[in-house]
Amino acid sequence: MDAESLLLSLELASGSGQGLSPDRRASLLTSLTLVKRDYRYDRVLFWGRILGLVADYYIAQGLSADQLAPRKTLYSLNCTEWSLLPPATEEMVVQTSVVKGRFTGDPSHEYEHTELQKVNDGEKVFEEEVVIDKAVAIIPRGALFKTPFGPIHVNRTFEGLSLSESKKLSSYFHFREPIELKNKTLLEKADLDPSLDFMDSLEYDIPKGSWSIQMERGNALVVLRSLLWPGLTFYHAPHTKNYGYIYVGTGEKNIDLPFML
Amino acid sequence: MGDPPPDPEPPYQQLSDRRRSQDHSQPQMVAPEEVEQIPFDDAQIVPPERQDSQEILAQTNLPGWSWGSSLSPHENLPMSQAFQAEELQMSGMQYPSMSTGYPLEFQTQPYMYESRMQATEGTAILMQQLQEGQGSLFQQLESTYQDPRPDFLGQFSMYQREDQLFDEGAPHGPYVRDDPALHFSPSELGFPPFSTEVPEPGPRELAVKNAKAYLLQTSINCDLSLYEHLVNLLTKILNQRPEDPLSILESLNRTTQREWFQPKLDTLRDDPEMQPTYEMAEKQKALFLRSGGGGEGEPEVEEEATETAVPNVMETAFYFEQAGVGLSSDESFRIFLALKQLVEQQPIHTCRFWGKVLGLRRSYLVAEVEFREGEEEEAEETVEGSEVTEAHGEEEGDEDEEKVVDIVPKPTWKPPPVPPREESRSGANKYLYFVCNEPGRPWTRLPHVTPAQIVAARKIKKFFTGHLDAPVTSFPPFPGNEASYLRAQIARISAATHVSPLGFYQFAEEEGDEEDEGGAGRDSYEENPDFEGIPVLELVDSMANWVHHVQHILPQGRCSWVNPLQKSEEEEELGEEEEKADEVLEEVEQEVGPPLLTPLSEDAEIMHLSPWTARLSCSLSPQYSVAVVRSNLWPGAYAYARGKKFENIYIGWGHKYSPENFNPALPAPIQHEYPSGPEIMEMSDPTVEEEQALKTAQEQALAAAEEEEEDEEEDEDEDLDD
Repeated sequence: MDAESLLLSLELASGSGQGLSPDRRASLLTSLTLVKRDYRYDRVLFWGRILGLVADYYIAQGLSADQLAPRKTLYSLNCTEWSLLPPATEEMVVQTSVVKGRFTGDPSHEYEHTELQKVNDGEKVFEEEVVIDKAVAIIPRGALFKTPFGPIHVNRTFEGLSLSESKKLSSYFHFREPIELKNKTLLEKADLDPSLDFMDSLEYDIPKGSWSIQMERGNALVVLRSLLWPGLTFYHAPHTKNYGYIYVGTGEKNIDLPFML
Repeated sequence: MGDPPPDPEPPYQQLSDRRRSQDHSQPQMVAPEEVEQIPFDDAQIVPPERQDSQEILAQTNLPGWSWGSSLSPHENLPMSQAFQAEELQMSGMQYPSMSTGYPLEFQTQPYMYESRMQATEGTAILMQQLQEGQGSLFQQLESTYQDPRPDFLGQFSMYQREDQLFDEGAPHGPYVRDDPALHFSPSELGFPPFSTEVPEPGPRELAVKNAKAYLLQTSINCDLSLYEHLVNLLTKILNQRPEDPLSILESLNRTTQREWFQPKLDTLRDDPEMQPTYEMAEKQKALFLRSGGGGEGEPEVEEEATETAVPNVMETAFYFEQAGVGLSSDESFRIFLALKQLVEQQPIHTCRFWGKVLGLRRSYLVAEVEFREGEEEEAEETVEGSEVTEAHGEEEGDEDEEKVVDIVPKPTWKPPPVPPREESRSGANKYLYFVCNEPGRPWTRLPHVTPAQIVAARKIKKFFTGHLDAPVTSFPPFPGNEASYLRAQIARISAATHVSPLGFYQFAEEEGDEEDEGGAGRDSYEENPDFEGIPVLELVDSMANWVHHVQHILPQGRCSWVNPLQKSEEEEELGEEEEKADEVLEEVEQEVGPPLLTPLSEDAEIMHLSPWTARLSCSLSPQYSVAVVRSNLWPGAYAYARGKKFENIYIGWGHKYSPENFNPALPAPIQHEYPSGPEIMEMSDPTVEEEQALKTAQEQALAAAEEEEEDEEEDEDEDLDD
């Protein structure tokens, strides 16, 4: 969620039950502004909170002018001091997928695994965050648009989805470089608008049914929750510009999803 | 506006005079006559009022334009140019019409002024005909216009409304934009408007109706009918008034058709789309109103000051918010109002907001209540009654079977005896639970949980959909629908995660030793009046300062163990064979669980993971913060404590956390078949050929036997003869 509209966003995303305490909110407001200034980001998003056994990690992301460029990730333990997480390599991704269990909350904690090298808790956090972000960060259709020169901008004329559109999965896109888009047939591509439909839609997510769409607050708010990564909540108020997502959870994938549907 | 040209004006007043002079008893034939007379009347009467002229217009207008008679007279000229000229009795009006039937009827519309009342009766019959024929048309008119003057001319009231419009004197008149019934197709030129011969209304009207019905036929591709399309087209032309409409008629036609399917999006104005939002807002407004209504007047205020069963949800929400848990404050307030509504509706002794269970399509808000004494027995009895009748049905079925000659050997397998459900107000059924989807919606009561349901719920893991009557398809099959599954999960979560600070509850001092109760432990507790509160830091440091205050659920599915093989008195009446079978299996061990009020430090670990995490809500201000305990076993279960206050809440999906993947239960092993013995031996069925061979052999044998008999008879006869 955007750091600028943090309070409203937290209020709207509170339907899932997890949020932030007032002191954290206050410290986030100040510290994220400072982060934006120091690192010269175009936008700073508060990504969420990963619950650990001892302490929680608070994650923020910084975006540059091009919205789809790789985002910088920062973490903090107390919402006041933020540090950049080191970028990950392929090996790290593989290793962290093997290490199971919850986060401890201590960035220097080392996991032991018989076959692979020891993995740092901090790195693991980063990996998980990247994985989760790639999987379930979403954006409503029309919020970003692509210019012919390439860079992707925030659409300032985005007035929000209508009620009927907001109940459909096809109105939401993954906030990442498209993977499935090029696999579409020409016939499907003909219906797309190249300036708006340049990301993968949620419709084709596997397994089907891994998103739950609900209306809350008396139909004034649409909330999408990921069932594959429980803890990811996306909210959008139809006909307004408010949207955002937050992840509050343990950082573990729900592998039992096919049994549960 | 200018004076209307004399030409188009029919001599209205003359007409009216004629009407007045008419015999009321005359049938409708009179009307056409008088209509016919008009063109021959050269008298040009300038109507004294514009209203009259408009009425004239209305009268002379064709049906299609009669309401478009809202157009002022001077506009008729361009219209007349636009459309094909037809010989009209009303001079100057050059509108093609469907038939005489309609124009007549419309002409005889009484634009009701009191002066013309006499005319109405003469036209009454016509009107009735018209009404029968075109009921829908006039209904539309009724809906469009309001009757300004209630009077005895009720049947003509629809036309009276036109007066209202005319009285307003708008220069262009109120255009009726989208009323398809008002405009007839100009292209239907089947009938000259007013023929000189006396028309027979019967076939003409029929023809008119047929024509209109044909036009109203909807096209194959869409819902649009030619009628409606032409109406739209003409309305559009009249609204926009292009320069040379005839030449651009084609393109206008196309754009009208397209517009029907793609409504223009108005970027400046909002869509009135938010119907469901408004409905929900209405429902929630009802919540607020009720609470407001209750607070009026001083005596009522005093009543409310006493203890109500409604919990202080706002206070709880505040404390949980310190921990970063919970719903937003306005949502909490709505929940408070909804709980208040529940307390008013049901005889509730205590009530608590248990939490929120998320579902796929909707979520559940759960309230944990306790009824007042003796209130809730009725619902239980009905459930049990139905079960008893089912048992009777089975017995009768058995008797029928015995009459069959071939008795199927009764299987020796008996289903394992089902442990009985716990009584209300005890064990897992200590509290009653109500759920609703959103504050403002009605509360639904969840049934009591049975041990079988808890046992099954432990084996499956399914998302809740949000609808209580949804089936739970799983293996092993869950005995019940989503309401039962939800109730079972609620029971498990309560038993596992409801904790309180040590010392808040204590055992009542009445009972004897624990041993007397069969090792089941105490199952009741009471609040400790001397509880002083534990400092927050200590609460956070050690898990021993928290205790479970809900009974643990045994593997059997109950909180207090019941030997399912214990014969009740009814069962002893059954045959002796069953007793022998039971004796073998009596060695079921009694299940024991941790007693009530065990501290959390005794909880089993999950794979080297402590099952609870305790934190201070705010590290920056420890003196004012709250101790928060989070369950790692049931993600979403939280408890806070500060001073003498504590509370539990659950907000989550309703599933247990397991570090390993979920392994569904495997199907049961294949059952053994009957062992082959002297009584039952398995053989393969004879094939068709064998059967036929046997049959032919039998027939031959039979034939041979008959021949032998005949031979014997012949022999006997011969013998006798001899």
